[in-house]
Amino acid sequence: MAGYINYEYYLRQDYRNLQWCPGCGDGAILQAFFRAVHELGISKDDMAVVSGIGCSGRISGYIDFNTMHTTHGRPVAFATGIKLAAPDKYVVVFGGDGDQTAIGGNHFIHACRRNIDMTIIVINNNVYGMTGGQYSPTTPSGFKTQTTPYGNYDSQFDIVKLAIGAGATYVARESVIKPVVLTKYIKKALQHKGCSVVEVISNCHINLGRRNKMKSPHAVLEWIKDHTVPLSRANKMSEEELAGKVITGEFVEVEKPEFTESYYKLCESLKGE
Amino acid sequence: MSNRKGVYTGNELIAIAAIDAGCRFYAGYPITPSSEIMEVMSKELPKVGGAFIQMEDEIASMAAAIGAAWTGVKSMTASSGPGISLKSEHIGYACITETPVVIVNIMRGGPSTGFPTAPSQSDVMQARWGTHGDHPAIALVPGNAKEMYYETVRAFNLAEKFRTPVFILGDEILGHMNTMVELPDPSDLDIVERKIYSPKQGEKYKPFDMSKGDVPPMGAFFRGYRFHLTGLNHNEYGYPTIDRDMIKMQQERMMKKVENHVEEIVKNELFNMDDADYVIFAYGSTGAAAKLASKMLREKGKKVGVFRPITIWPFPDRQIDEVITSGKYKGILVAEANLGQIIYEVERVNRGRLPIKDLLKVDGTPVSPTDIVSRFEEVF
Ligand SMILES: Cc1ncc(C[n+]2csc(CCOP(=O)(O)OP(=O)(O)O)c2C)c(N)n1
Ligand code: SF4
Ligand SMILES: [Mg+2]
Repeated sequence: MAGYINYEYYLRQDYRNLQWCPGCGDGAILQAFFRAVHELGISKDDMAVVSGIGCSGRISGYIDFNTMHTTHGRPVAFATGIKLAAPDKYVVVFGGDGDQTAIGGNHFIHACRRNIDMTIIVINNNVYGMTGGQYSPTTPSGFKTQTTPYGNYDSQFDIVKLAIGAGATYVARESVIKPVVLTKYIKKALQHKGCSVVEVISNCHINLGRRNKMKSPHAVLEWIKDHTVPLSRANKMSEEELAGKVITGEFVEVEKPEFTESYYKLCESLKGE
Repeated sequence: MSNRKGVYTGNELIAIAAIDAGCRFYAGYPITPSSEIMEVMSKELPKVGGAFIQMEDEIASMAAAIGAAWTGVKSMTASSGPGISLKSEHIGYACITETPVVIVNIMRGGPSTGFPTAPSQSDVMQARWGTHGDHPAIALVPGNAKEMYYETVRAFNLAEKFRTPVFILGDEILGHMNTMVELPDPSDLDIVERKIYSPKQGEKYKPFDMSKGDVPPMGAFFRGYRFHLTGLNHNEYGYPTIDRDMIKMQQERMMKKVENHVEEIVKNELFNMDDADYVIFAYGSTGAAAKLASKMLREKGKKVGVFRPITIWPFPDRQIDEVITSGKYKGILVAEANLGQIIYEVERVNRGRLPIKDLLKVDGTPVSPTDIVSRFEEVF
């Protein structure tokens, strides 16, 4: 199914009220997602895309799938209901760093723990983009935001470690500067049976970059390029060399009982009782 | 299914009724005094191929129930005060996305953790206004074991019919009391089945269609047509909108789909009212106590009747107004297990025409018939 892709086929033709700033990373992520769906030949009818609230959460409105734009932080919980009620369908969640690791952290870790078959794409732009640029659980130390005017003194979540610790069975991280690799990871996540998490490092030049001497998308992308290291290279680097770096790659790919399968096996065993 | 006579608690009856009404999805989080509903669901739903899940909290439970509803199943969640507070965010989401879903609140004392093992009726206003913003509300207040069953069936029917969340408000007494009940054969029940819209060839499904009456047709995911849902104000297609006229029209329709059908939703029991001089207004387990109190007062020669709403939201304005304007009655005693909530609704309808007295109780014990008798004798 590779080859030519008509993006318009995946975009809603009757709703195109794009809210994103020019150059926002969200568009590139959407493109990678479309490519993954296209290359796997998944029918739009067989996939639900559920999103939270934030700039990233707007994705569900633009795309021609069974879509649900939910509440801030909770798309995974809605998606859990959808998946359990329709276990043979693809369920994908899009959420921001704030959405998935602050307000929605609880739902995120529990989906990982249950190993429920869904793909959670966390768009990590290191900030609360939509609300004007307050700091998030992934804003780097020292960064200025609307609520850390003197620089961020709070600590960070490592989303990959969080997902692994919570039990996700496919975990990968890539940035918007490597769309081909990103597409590959999203494809693998979609094919994976169980809870798969793909963290995408994205650029919010408007609400993070601007306040940290990176006004243009390009400047933030340069920064992303500088502080990300592929796993293969990181393996050869010392701890000091890795300080402040974010490692990209595939971190976990294991098999574990999947929640809906376990549940419906139970139902099968009780038939006729 | 033939012999279904037995001793059941109210909570068990709600769970059995839900399954009989076609509920095939339950998401919840344990909380006293509602947990038995969830426990029965965990046992029975897998047997009928329905889905059960214990979520990480009540916010998630409500979300999962809504998510499931949009795959085409009837879904339910149950809790008590603290959990209902958490569910409130998504009750609003269910209202604005017009999602049929049943929410049970087995009320206990509050605020906060309150008195987990004691009955209360202090969440009745929460059931009306618990989530933010203007929204419709339907809430049923069964008053005995049989009604715990039948009102649950009715709750599912109303949810389907009006595409909106429906509350069942019980309390610790109703939830835990054991009663001998003969359950009907489910095939004898009047059940409103989910009619999932199937658009004609080339037709685009509008989840918030304004041209098909007050309640737009309900669609479902994975049916070969795709659509969008959002908690933002939206147009007929479900897409976010800032069009002022559209927002106003959709918002008003959402309210009116309940307001315009109050007569179909309202249900009251009028007990000993025909020849009565006074009225006790009470609902839920307090309503049951009021009926006994009426009998006791009649033995003492006082002609007292009971107005017992079985639907508390929408409020039975017209029916109460009729009672008041009949000129037959000299006063109303409103009894409720809280510090005064529904009494303000009765006063609103009354507009000062009849003397209204209260019996309010929040010490963790139920309002008893003798409480009502002595309060009645004190005030009238
Ligand atoms: C319950 C609730 N709290 C707060 C908000 C306000 N709010 C909207 S989006 C957002 C943060 C978004 O940040 P993130 O999840 O990182 O998404 P981004 O916009 O960066 O893509 C907040 C705080 C809300 N909508 N709901
Ligand atoms: S504020 Fe940031 S995240 Fe939001 S659209 Fe603009 S660039 Fe993208
Ligand atoms: Mg963000």
